[in-house]
Amino acid sequence: MTMLGSTYVPKSEDALAATVATAMVMGEKLAIEGNGSKRALLRPVQATRSISVRGLTGITLYHPTELIISARAGTPLPEIEAALAEKGQHLIAEPPDLAALFGSSRPATIGGIVATNLSGPRRIAWGAMRDHVMGIRAVNGKGEIFRSGGRVLKNVTGLDLCKLLTGSHGTLGVITEVTLKVLPAPKATGTVSIRVATLEQGIAALSAGLGSPFSVTGAALLPEGDGGIAHLRIEDFEESVAYRCGKLRDDMARFGEASIAMDTQALWQGIRDAEPLGAEPEDAIWRVSVQPSAAPGVVASLRAAGGSKFLLDWGGGLVWVAAPASEAAHQAVVTAALAAQGSFTLFRAPEALRGSVAVMPDELPALAAIARRVKAVMDPAGLLNPGRMRAGQ
Amino acid sequence: MIPLPAPKPEVLARRAQIVAALQAIIPGDGVISEALRLKPYETDGLSAYRQPPLAVVLPSSTEQVAAVLKYCNAHGVRVVPRGAGTSLSGGALPLADAVVMGLMRMNHIKQVDYENRLAVVEAGVTNLGITKHVEADGFFYAPDPSSQLACMIGGNVMMNSGGAHCLKYGVTANNLLGLTFVTIEGEVVQIGGTYLDAPGYDWLGIITGSEGQLGVVTEVTVRILRGPEGARAMLAAFDSIEVAGQAVDAIIGSGIIPVALEFMDRPCIHACEAFAHAGYPLDAEAMLIIEVEGNVEEQDRLLGWIKQICNRFNPISLKVAETAEESLAIWKGRKGAFGAVGRISPDYLCMDGTIPTGELPFVLKRIGEMSASYGLQVANVFHAGDGNLHPLIMFDANNEASFHAAENFGADILKLCVEVGGCLTGEHGVGIEKRDLMPVQFSPLELDQMRGIKGAFDPQWLLNPAKVFPLEGNPIFATIPVLNAA
Repeated sequence: MTMLGSTYVPKSEDALAATVATAMVMGEKLAIEGNGSKRALLRPVQATRSISVRGLTGITLYHPTELIISARAGTPLPEIEAALAEKGQHLIAEPPDLAALFGSSRPATIGGIVATNLSGPRRIAWGAMRDHVMGIRAVNGKGEIFRSGGRVLKNVTGLDLCKLLTGSHGTLGVITEVTLKVLPAPKATGTVSIRVATLEQGIAALSAGLGSPFSVTGAALLPEGDGGIAHLRIEDFEESVAYRCGKLRDDMARFGEASIAMDTQALWQGIRDAEPLGAEPEDAIWRVSVQPSAAPGVVASLRAAGGSKFLLDWGGGLVWVAAPASEAAHQAVVTAALAAQGSFTLFRAPEALRGSVAVMPDELPALAAIARRVKAVMDPAGLLNPGRMRAGQ
Repeated sequence: MIPLPAPKPEVLARRAQIVAALQAIIPGDGVISEALRLKPYETDGLSAYRQPPLAVVLPSSTEQVAAVLKYCNAHGVRVVPRGAGTSLSGGALPLADAVVMGLMRMNHIKQVDYENRLAVVEAGVTNLGITKHVEADGFFYAPDPSSQLACMIGGNVMMNSGGAHCLKYGVTANNLLGLTFVTIEGEVVQIGGTYLDAPGYDWLGIITGSEGQLGVVTEVTVRILRGPEGARAMLAAFDSIEVAGQAVDAIIGSGIIPVALEFMDRPCIHACEAFAHAGYPLDAEAMLIIEVEGNVEEQDRLLGWIKQICNRFNPISLKVAETAEESLAIWKGRKGAFGAVGRISPDYLCMDGTIPTGELPFVLKRIGEMSASYGLQVANVFHAGDGNLHPLIMFDANNEASFHAAENFGADILKLCVEVGGCLTGEHGVGIEKRDLMPVQFSPLELDQMRGIKGAFDPQWLLNPAKVFPLEGNPIFATIPVLNAA
């Protein structure tokens, strides 16, 4: 093991487990990270040391015909994407590259992507990162190595700790290796774009597209003035993309002027990484999850509260919001999200703000009690990423 | 037979009081305590195991579920949740001192929302009932277990059920948005909602597939999807299992993901053909059913490519359905596979391990050798795209030695699945059937950690106890004597 400043960088899973076990004896709280590219996500961690999985790298198994890839947690995302691309495959959930958003110069690691359950536009059609984690290896807060799932596509043996760990932001275990389901990458990508006069019409267009028989794999709305541009993506073999884009454009004419563009990967990569949101470097960023029909209401109430910027993905189910960071702006987002019976995440903010507000909704009391007991099973000393998600969690 | 913990004498002694208390919670005919009327609840789809429960409750609301659980928690009474009772792993097998909580009266579809592509349904709505409700509008609920006519969505959530089409559409866990969940303390909580990916711990993910260990689900918000323009199947038969496996690899390697990719071996082909007269080639060692989606031209194109690929492997038969009716005929044999095997042998065990698909030829060869050494016939049908095997082991239930041999044969197959990198169960669940095999796949530490999470939800271990986790090594059962189920 090497130590860089105050960061432990173990070179093996065993060394990582030993480090955590020692930390438990010493009562040393640990911030968990890969390359630290999302260090500014959620609440500031209350830890004395960091432990990074960036010393655990490499693809450990890749069987394209079994649609399975395994990699150590510190493997950079681009390395995995490149290996898959070489065999004509891809990561199904299309995880974003948030380097620009978080001002990081280092690429995300696969472990970090899984721990934060980050998914891109394809989530609406093909599921989130959490849906494709088939197996996991991790070290719990006692320094014990454990596995869940495996390397097969269908597995209901025992409790699904893959899902519990995915999106738990390192608070239940340090992920050391993941096994993911992958799929063939599409041969072509086409987009039908509709200029809509209102956001309601935009959501109606996205819903109609997602409710069509044409396998839409991306549905985003970029607001402009009172309306905006709704984009629907088709990914498949070239002939199918051409046929379905044509059908979809004809159907979408009822919502506004509709056009087709091919080879639109760059547009969707931008949406994936929230570029069209146009957040200023000092803006805070939120992600609001609602049912799509509630999205225009969320946007309207936030516009009434002040000048926010927006980007709607997942058919309207994901509302990206950017605004100058303040507690008042945060409260406006919380109010709008909860009024729409949705959820929210304060995704990026200056440390002062994210350290002082609830960055996600509180757990219901009955679930909070269960969460405390689960945490006591997996990390009894509360060493792992303390305070990352909620104060005390 | 797999041992069960002895009933708690103090609970058996208080039976009359418990029944009276349950009747006070669920007035009318919602509590069953007469021996004759308990009989239908003594078993599930794993019918070799039978045990009448203490009583059965049939709540018709979330409030009644909560009140029953609160009572049982306060009085140390075990609870076995039950949907339609179609579990093939004994997930709904009662215990003598347990109250079976049947959710079949909670069978209302409460909301369908096409704009947001979701439906809110009670736990006792059948799987197919959801699709039937929305199909006139072109929508469907994707997971399609073989028992979909009978099985209920609450049970599907608890077992994380799959089906023939999960290669494309995923399993139950991938098609849920929210749950109404009742804890053993009787607290009603909403998990998730009508939106995607709530931040915080993935309770939806850990509850799905938890086999009734963590709480009771009374309502489910499912995603509904618009169906494709059409779908069509083809059949490809080969003279060896290895070659059929290579054809599967070549199809997936080509970048085509069929919506279904089913594999049958020779005994299964013969059984199904005798039953359904589907026109299956009887000289084949292995047969694939491959289904694609899209409009007619897209179907033609994809089936044409798949045909070209299959032709590289010298198929002895290739048949592309020209019409929807021909597609149905191809599927008819496969869908009737369990019934077909039931005609040859009145009793069979349906196993459910998953293997890495590359191990298929080796695993089927080993199963053939085991079949010979146990002297029991086996037919293999499985979801080839995802490696989920369903060997059907035929035995004679009237002959105890035959049943024991079948159980041992099944256990050997599942151990083999784990040995080659797979798992004990792909979609049927651990239940009682595979409980004692769990140490084959998990270390003592891993089992303890899962038990800890079970205990975080259900500190007294009242919910569906004696399933999933081996009794051995479990402190909660350390002082309780063990009985045979039968």
